[in-house]
Amino acid sequence: MRSVALHSKLTRVLLKSFSVILFFAFSLSSYSQDVDEARQKEGRKLFKSLCASCHKLDKKLVGPALAGVESRRENDWLKAWIKDNAEFQKVDSDAVEAAEFSPTAMTAFPQLSEKQVDDILYYTTVGDPKKKTEAVAGESVQKSDAPGWLIYILALAIIVAFLIIAGLLKTISELKGAPKSKGALASLGDVWEGYKQNTFLKVLTTIFLLLMGAYFTFGTLFKVGVDEGYSPLQPIAFSHKVHAGDNQIDCQYCHSSAKHSKTSGIPSVNVCMNCHKNISEVADDTKVEWDGITYGKPELDKEIAKIYEAAGWDADGLEYTGNTKPVKWIRVHNLPDFAYFNHSQHVTVGGLKCQKCHGPVEEMDEMRQYSPLTMGWCIDCHKETKVDLKGNEYYSKIHTELAKKYNVDKVTIAQLGGKECGKCHY
Amino acid sequence: MASNKKYWKSVEELKGSSVVETLSKNEFVDTISTDQFLGDKETLENSSTSRRDFLKYVGFTTAAASLAACEGPVRKSIPYVVKPNDVTPGVADWYATSMADGYDFANVLVKTREGRPIQIMPNKDANGTTSARVQAAVLSLYDEQLRLKEPTKGGEVISWSDADKEIGAKLNALKAANKSVVLLTGTMASPSTDKIISEFIVANPNAKHVVYDAISETGAADAMLAMYGKRVLPNYHLDKAKTIVSFGADFLGDFHGGFEKQFIAGRKPETGHMSYHVQFESNMSLTGANSDKRVVVKPSDQVFALINLYNSITGSNVPSKETSVDATVKAMATELKKSGSKGVVLTGLNDKNAQLVAFAINEALNSEIFDINNTLNIRQGNDAEVAQLVSDMKAGKVAGLISYNVDPIYSLSNSSDFSEGLKKLELSVALSTENNETVNASNFALPTPHFLESWGDTQFNEVTYGLMQPTIQPLFNTRQVQDTLLSWSGNATKYYDYLKAYATTSVLGESSWNTALHNGFYNKESIDTTSFESTVEINKVLKALFNATKASKFELNLYTKAGLGDGKQANNPWLQEFPDPITRASWDNYLTMSMADARELGFSNPVQDNGAIDGDYAKVSVNGKEVVVPVMVQPGQAIGSVGLALGFGKTFGLKEEMQVGVNAYSLYANGNNIQYNVSVEKISGTHQFACTQVQKTIAGRHDILKVASLKDYLHVAPKDHKNGWNVPAMVSYDHKEVEANTIDLWDEHNREVGHHFNLSIDLTSCTGCGACVVACHAENNVPVVGKKEVRVGRDMHWLRIDRYYSSEVETREEAKELGLSRGDTYRALETEAENPEVTFQPMMCQHCNHAPCETVCPVAATSHGRQGQNQMAYNRCVGTRYCANNCPYRVRRFNWFNYADNNEFDFNMNNDYGKMVLNPDVVVRSRGVMEKCSMCIQMTQATILKAKKEGRAVNTDEFETACSSACTTGAMVFGDVNNEKDQVAALAEDKRAYNVLDYLQTKPNVIYQVKVKNTNEA
Repeated sequence: MRSVALHSKLTRVLLKSFSVILFFAFSLSSYSQDVDEARQKEGRKLFKSLCASCHKLDKKLVGPALAGVESRRENDWLKAWIKDNAEFQKVDSDAVEAAEFSPTAMTAFPQLSEKQVDDILYYTTVGDPKKKTEAVAGESVQKSDAPGWLIYILALAIIVAFLIIAGLLKTISELKGAPKSKGALASLGDVWEGYKQNTFLKVLTTIFLLLMGAYFTFGTLFKVGVDEGYSPLQPIAFSHKVHAGDNQIDCQYCHSSAKHSKTSGIPSVNVCMNCHKNISEVADDTKVEWDGITYGKPELDKEIAKIYEAAGWDADGLEYTGNTKPVKWIRVHNLPDFAYFNHSQHVTVGGLKCQKCHGPVEEMDEMRQYSPLTMGWCIDCHKETKVDLKGNEYYSKIHTELAKKYNVDKVTIAQLGGKECGKCHY
Repeated sequence: MASNKKYWKSVEELKGSSVVETLSKNEFVDTISTDQFLGDKETLENSSTSRRDFLKYVGFTTAAASLAACEGPVRKSIPYVVKPNDVTPGVADWYATSMADGYDFANVLVKTREGRPIQIMPNKDANGTTSARVQAAVLSLYDEQLRLKEPTKGGEVISWSDADKEIGAKLNALKAANKSVVLLTGTMASPSTDKIISEFIVANPNAKHVVYDAISETGAADAMLAMYGKRVLPNYHLDKAKTIVSFGADFLGDFHGGFEKQFIAGRKPETGHMSYHVQFESNMSLTGANSDKRVVVKPSDQVFALINLYNSITGSNVPSKETSVDATVKAMATELKKSGSKGVVLTGLNDKNAQLVAFAINEALNSEIFDINNTLNIRQGNDAEVAQLVSDMKAGKVAGLISYNVDPIYSLSNSSDFSEGLKKLELSVALSTENNETVNASNFALPTPHFLESWGDTQFNEVTYGLMQPTIQPLFNTRQVQDTLLSWSGNATKYYDYLKAYATTSVLGESSWNTALHNGFYNKESIDTTSFESTVEINKVLKALFNATKASKFELNLYTKAGLGDGKQANNPWLQEFPDPITRASWDNYLTMSMADARELGFSNPVQDNGAIDGDYAKVSVNGKEVVVPVMVQPGQAIGSVGLALGFGKTFGLKEEMQVGVNAYSLYANGNNIQYNVSVEKISGTHQFACTQVQKTIAGRHDILKVASLKDYLHVAPKDHKNGWNVPAMVSYDHKEVEANTIDLWDEHNREVGHHFNLSIDLTSCTGCGACVVACHAENNVPVVGKKEVRVGRDMHWLRIDRYYSSEVETREEAKELGLSRGDTYRALETEAENPEVTFQPMMCQHCNHAPCETVCPVAATSHGRQGQNQMAYNRCVGTRYCANNCPYRVRRFNWFNYADNNEFDFNMNNDYGKMVLNPDVVVRSRGVMEKCSMCIQMTQATILKAKKEGRAVNTDEFETACSSACTTGAMVFGDVNNEKDQVAALAEDKRAYNVLDYLQTKPNVIYQVKVKNTNEA
């Protein structure tokens, strides 16, 4: 390791640029064959929409891996198979053999034109377009993440510098012949003498100090048990950003109990498998910030493998083994036992967005507690929020009466009784 | 006027004991527990810990605790791997099923959360009812201590297949040798199981089926067989009755499974008609307590009175004996004849001849109440066959015994003969849900599932075919008895398939299996009526009955309690802590004795200054068998009779705390509930009772109960100042008498907007059965505190049922006016106390609109909700107990300890299985906070949320509380008074409605309906 440190800066720069040039040269050379990008793009689009749920290029899924399939079968055979494999099987013995690959019969695609099938096949031959920026993408951009205390040190340094400059300026002016003043320390001494004799000031200071002390003590004590920002390390690097943000999956697709139940429900592994049965790898450029480390494709693919382990899914044999292993998630939002909270009341009846309490989950790689979840926080919202009563017959009578009583258009939740102790504590 | 009556709760109170008077002034009977904590002065002074050290420790621990508290615990959330379709975490699922444990039979609904049953409620569509025991059965499911977990052979765990192989080989060997094998079960009342058993017997012709019920009703069954050709129990449609005469039949208790629903249905005063019920009995039973007229008569005289009644009604002249109650018997004969087919006679004497006489009287009356077609199948036990079996076993004539869920070693009076015979067997297999002595003594112990884990069908009566379905995955490695018998008969069918095939082909007809399973029952459209030529010669029967009855100085009447019943659920802490409706004692059985006998033999129940009562021990000998049992002096007990409850004294495998009481089965010779030639002798020793009787007096305020006669109810204006039966309290205001509820210190809450909940309790319909008490336990996670704590008045029941005795004499004050000396008054009162009237009053938080507790709470932990509920925020409570002090109803309960996860209170909240019964919607309270009835706010809120989610108004009568849904007779009605269609809205305005202690102006949201008794006046 020591030798690495001895490298001069110049050699390092030189080495780096050399490698970059080499890489470019290599990638360009591998890209030198002539690719019809339009056909590739069209083929890829069709493949992703029609074939990808059962096929991958490089890996067996429900169906076989399709990379280089053109070299294995005749073009006509493939077209006949793709358009209607069931019909084709009646006339072709190879087709019958091919159908035995999987117990699931392949869908027929009679709607595809010759050109479209050719495009798909072209895509299976040339593969995905290579990214031109790949060479530089190797180096991840290091964000300067200055910690908070640095700012204080900087501020302190500025103040010290300012004092030094002020001192220097004063000395200069004195050297220039200005009358020598008493000096800041000496005058402070006078103030201290005066302060010592003034009882009122002393009392004032004591009160001030006591109040400050009380303020900070209470401030600290009130934060005990408030876990705002709590973000425990989960057993699987599951990113809400990738799922709810990038892929726009609805919160309630996974947290389906939220509209029926008091709990939002941690999705069971079979819900994960609805998608991940077919998605065993992340896209190449997926990045997840996880516990201070950037996870790339290799790490994330391993995380998906954890789901397979939990569900007892054999990713090679493509079948369930029955050896399940439930995932032990760490609970992020912990309400005390004595507080009753019901998701369905807020989601189904109140029509709240999940983000109202859980924050911008779609931007969080690692889930954290966004709101303080204190009683004050609950009550504040209950005091402000006006109840949306449209179309809910339950409220029609009570609302007219309450609106008359409080002389308002729309009553708040608190006016409806949402501030009573017994509504949440039983 | 009703308020002239003297109401009292205990013998000591009646005597005017100074202790009771002092106690009545204290909210908490015991001083605070620091006395125990700090010990006496001497130890305190000798202690090496100085005050300074103490403060140091306190300081250190406080600091350490607060530091430790800064970091919250890490909680895990483990979802299903594959979520079942019908389970949504946090949402309850209800399943209809049936309970049949050999003694209790019910069509029920089971509430499950995340796949675990947490509550049992009656299936009202199936006309189902629940008792305290049925309600508590859900906790017995989680009895980790007692349930069998793995099949065993001689105590060693064995696999099911090995057990099948070994037992199968043995059975085949016994079959080949044609040696007798007996299948001994309790009553199962399951048609498909009966079929499986008959197939088992076909496959093993050397096998025989014997039915054994620990509590025998063999007399009635044998009488039915002799008179009507069917060995079943008759049914009684008491709802249609005009006159009911019962000789010791506790039909609101366990007689033929109980008839409280039908009985109360015939006693609705607003219809203008109520049945007239006269009870001749020796023990004070629930039925006697609810009767219009209770005639105290010792067991032998009951027999003679029954014969005398027969003579009077039929005009025959069978030899009998005169009894002290003959005048009443004559009067009842006239009354019955007047009622004709609307009259009925029942007898609880478990004797074929006595039952035949009662049947004959009903035949003579041509009674419609007495039903021999829609009969009951819930007690099929045959004592003669059981006795034969025991003697055969002892003689070595039986080679194999397969028992299912019975424990004859505990419950047979000649259990030593049984144990001896058991040792001689070549094969003994015990199939059982719970461990017991019989299981322990058998070669093989094969675990069977609890009924909540089982498939099955039931036929309690001829009409309703009930289905049983599992509500939870089996907790242990169990297999149903039906599956076992099928496999031993060489039938590979699973019982589920067998049951489905049986039900669809033999019962359901055109109806679908899924519908029947969803409903939990299927009602047959018609029942068979077969005619039978009886060969019973009634005169011979009467003669035999007369000759067999030999009166003795003391006669023992064995009975079952509402709590433990036959003792199957003795390891259930809810039932042990459940106070007996009559004596209000929990965790015990005892010898009940009349006041006169007690005085003669020197027994008493002194009240200690901590409010607990003590008792003396008696040695009871019957036919050479002896038990030592504490004595409880019982007002209303017949002189010359004593009572003792069965079902207690079980010890094998039970937790130490539950090993309470005395096993009275040893005295239960021949299954006869009446034993003659009893001697009672006082022996030394003092027994400590855990009795809630004395503690909870209501501070001498005697305007708590209101009772009216049917005649007054119908003809006298309720508020009539002279003769009214529901006169509101009056106060002086501006020197004028005004109704107390017209003036007020406080501002009114606005009760018009939104929901406003009221609970109406009809004292006429409340039989005091206590199903609501256990339902409240289950719904609200009410802790069990154990015998010691109950003894010092720290029971946690949110809902209790107060039992008041009343005497028809004038009050003590009026006696003074009459110039009676104190001694004379006492004697007059005591004579009356030999047979007091009894009234039950369920008492829970009254949810006062002007609540005294709210105003004194220094931290506003208890506050008033707009919906009428008095809310208790546990997390806000600091435990000053001011509220309890200021509550005139004494319904607030203080958590003196942590009752969960505490080895000192080793009940269901201290083990992982027992905790599965907890309701996740209600918090488990911690030490130092006050708690009380919340009017099931979690249930009302859930109902509201359901309506909101469905975007509709709350339906009529949709609101429920645990107690109101558990109530069999409909005495408790809950609802929203602001919804005029809700039943409770009308009840709140009823002329019978009143508030307890209305002069205090607390304006409760719990309304009581004046008790109406049919005194049979014209």
